[in-house]
Amino acid sequence: MKTIQKHNRLQSSLLSSFPQRVKEVDNHSAISVLRQKAFEKLKTTGLPGNKDERWRNSLLTAIFDREFLLQTKAEPYQKSINELFECEIYNFHAEIISMLNGHYYAKDPDNLRELDNGVLTGSILTAQKNLPELFDKHFGRIGDYGQDGLTAANTAFFSDGIFVYVPDGVEVRDALQLIKMVNKTGNPFVVSRNLIILGKSSKLVFMHCDDSINHLSAFINTFTEIFVDENASLELYKMQNLNDETALLNNTFIRQEKDSSSKVNVITLNGGKIRNEINVDLQGEGAVTNLNGVYLMDKSQQIDNQVYINHLAPHCDSKTIFKGVLDDQATGIFNGYIFVERDAQKTNAFQQNNNILMTSDARVDTMPFLEIYADDVKCSHGATVGQLDEKARFYMMQRGISSEDARLLLMNAFTSEVTSKIGIEPLRISIEDMIKKRLRGELSICDRCVLHCSVPDKPVEF
Amino acid sequence: MLLNIKNLHVAINGKEIIKGFNLGVNYGEVHAIMGPNGTGKSTLAAAITGREGYEITKGVIEYKGRDITELTPDQRANEGIFLSFQYPVEIPGVSMINFIRTALNAQRAYKGHDPVKPAEFLKIMEEKKKLVDIQTRLTKRSVNEGFSGGEKKKNEIFQMAMLNPQLGILDETDSGLDIDALKVVARGVNSLRSDKNAFIVITHYQRLLDYIIPDFVHVMWDGRIVKSGGKGLALQLEEKGYEWVKELVEE
Repeated sequence: MKTIQKHNRLQSSLLSSFPQRVKEVDNHSAISVLRQKAFEKLKTTGLPGNKDERWRNSLLTAIFDREFLLQTKAEPYQKSINELFECEIYNFHAEIISMLNGHYYAKDPDNLRELDNGVLTGSILTAQKNLPELFDKHFGRIGDYGQDGLTAANTAFFSDGIFVYVPDGVEVRDALQLIKMVNKTGNPFVVSRNLIILGKSSKLVFMHCDDSINHLSAFINTFTEIFVDENASLELYKMQNLNDETALLNNTFIRQEKDSSSKVNVITLNGGKIRNEINVDLQGEGAVTNLNGVYLMDKSQQIDNQVYINHLAPHCDSKTIFKGVLDDQATGIFNGYIFVERDAQKTNAFQQNNNILMTSDARVDTMPFLEIYADDVKCSHGATVGQLDEKARFYMMQRGISSEDARLLLMNAFTSEVTSKIGIEPLRISIEDMIKKRLRGELSICDRCVLHCSVPDKPVEF
Repeated sequence: MLLNIKNLHVAINGKEIIKGFNLGVNYGEVHAIMGPNGTGKSTLAAAITGREGYEITKGVIEYKGRDITELTPDQRANEGIFLSFQYPVEIPGVSMINFIRTALNAQRAYKGHDPVKPAEFLKIMEEKKKLVDIQTRLTKRSVNEGFSGGEKKKNEIFQMAMLNPQLGILDETDSGLDIDALKVVARGVNSLRSDKNAFIVITHYQRLLDYIIPDFVHVMWDGRIVKSGGKGLALQLEEKGYEWVKELVEE
């Protein structure tokens, strides 16, 4: 029997503030029905603790006893996020969608924005009002709010979120880039929930950037549902460059229909405590997913990647490669789950996690979990934890390369197995540049966007 | 004198391997160091190049007139010491071109020179590749990754040609080479010989010395040189075997 954790501060204030909170938001909608259910779930399970298997080594649970600011109001629109926070990738153009303190941030926040070919972007709350049929078809049906107390808290409390719709057959020319920022004192609990819908045979490149522009603390709880319809193709980049005071929980649920494909790249450059949970349901026959991750942590940061690949139909392929470097007292967790349903014959699943520990104080826990109910499948997994190859380092030094440069070259080579797979050339170059800067220690002050590399420092003000 | 090793003692994990080694190498000379396995030949190469874990407990290594035992491996390389490794290391993810260019530019920076221009670099590379028949497909790969034994050894000589050292140490460069590859490697080394550099050729067998003719041959036994001579000594050794050396030592 599951024991409920001792009430912590965050949990107590969530429980007591819900009645007031629920009054403020829209009634009788799919959202409010789900909020109520999620709240009941939160009440019974409580926030996760380290006794829960999935949270065993997590350091995130330690922050639940802090005082959080639960109420966040939308900031009035002043100027475009581009003016506040320049993000330039050479030779690359992206449509920016902004969020500030958990709220959709735009000149005209109450309307959906229509891009070419009927592509819609905007606030999830607006989408619910304006497109109830499409919205209800997917909202809450891809991700499980009841996964744990934090996903339940997300659904019960989310203030806003973004909505993207790509109609059937539309290939979105420019990437969409979601820039999420927090600029609020008082340790806010920033809760947002996103819904992205890709129609049949459509194509979308989506970048989800979590950035800090200051050193203020926050706990960001994000829940994203992505529906990838038949033959559609999704390329998702998660870029994380947060300050050391910020905790981030990023739940991403992707459902893929027949012959669809997804490519997910998770690049974690900095952040106090970051937990990425990525759940991919390969629902339709012939669906393919590639998940790649790079993490570079130091000081007492923690990175926690939880990857769930659910093979629910035959002839689906999944490939997961996560690689990371942990320095100082940084800790890492990688849990890779592969679930193969009884009917999912001819499944091809591969999982790999490699870690380099730079010091004897750095630590990583890596665990594969394979649950296979079909008999004609190919599943393999591997994990390594090691140090930098000293033989290779000496070899380089013997050719005149300094010890430090040899170290950088080796670490960069280690991560390049992942970054070299990034198909969009300008993006790959930018990301590799950022990783190099991070490895050189030039990114220690994280007051800029992860892709903010070719632009001189700019003061940011609100 | 380019290199002057005096009364060198080297220990690994507290165990003494080199026990009073002396050797003088002048510009323009090729010295062969022969001896059975486990006698300290590779340890000597490691000590000269400054490999971690090889503790010099006594003696000095003078190079260009100064003791280099306190220099780091990269400083020694930048001073012109090059080791052709017995077991060249594979470095996945670092391309040959990037590796060589980084090394070349590090050595240029050490001497106060600007980085080599891309066009010039490619020109030098094309030229040196011919020297040891290195194929372009190899320079496009990661360092030594998936190279055959012979290709790895050729690659060492190719790097030596690119970096143009003053002291080249060849550690068992002949091991694992067929006769054709051996000839190619030897031709490469011979073309680099001049009165501005010197070579130490460490080998177990006399075979390589048919193609790289040494000026001096030294026989190593239990951490030191027990016999030195001209190129004839290698032949004598080939004929009589290392048992003969053992007898010499015991006398």
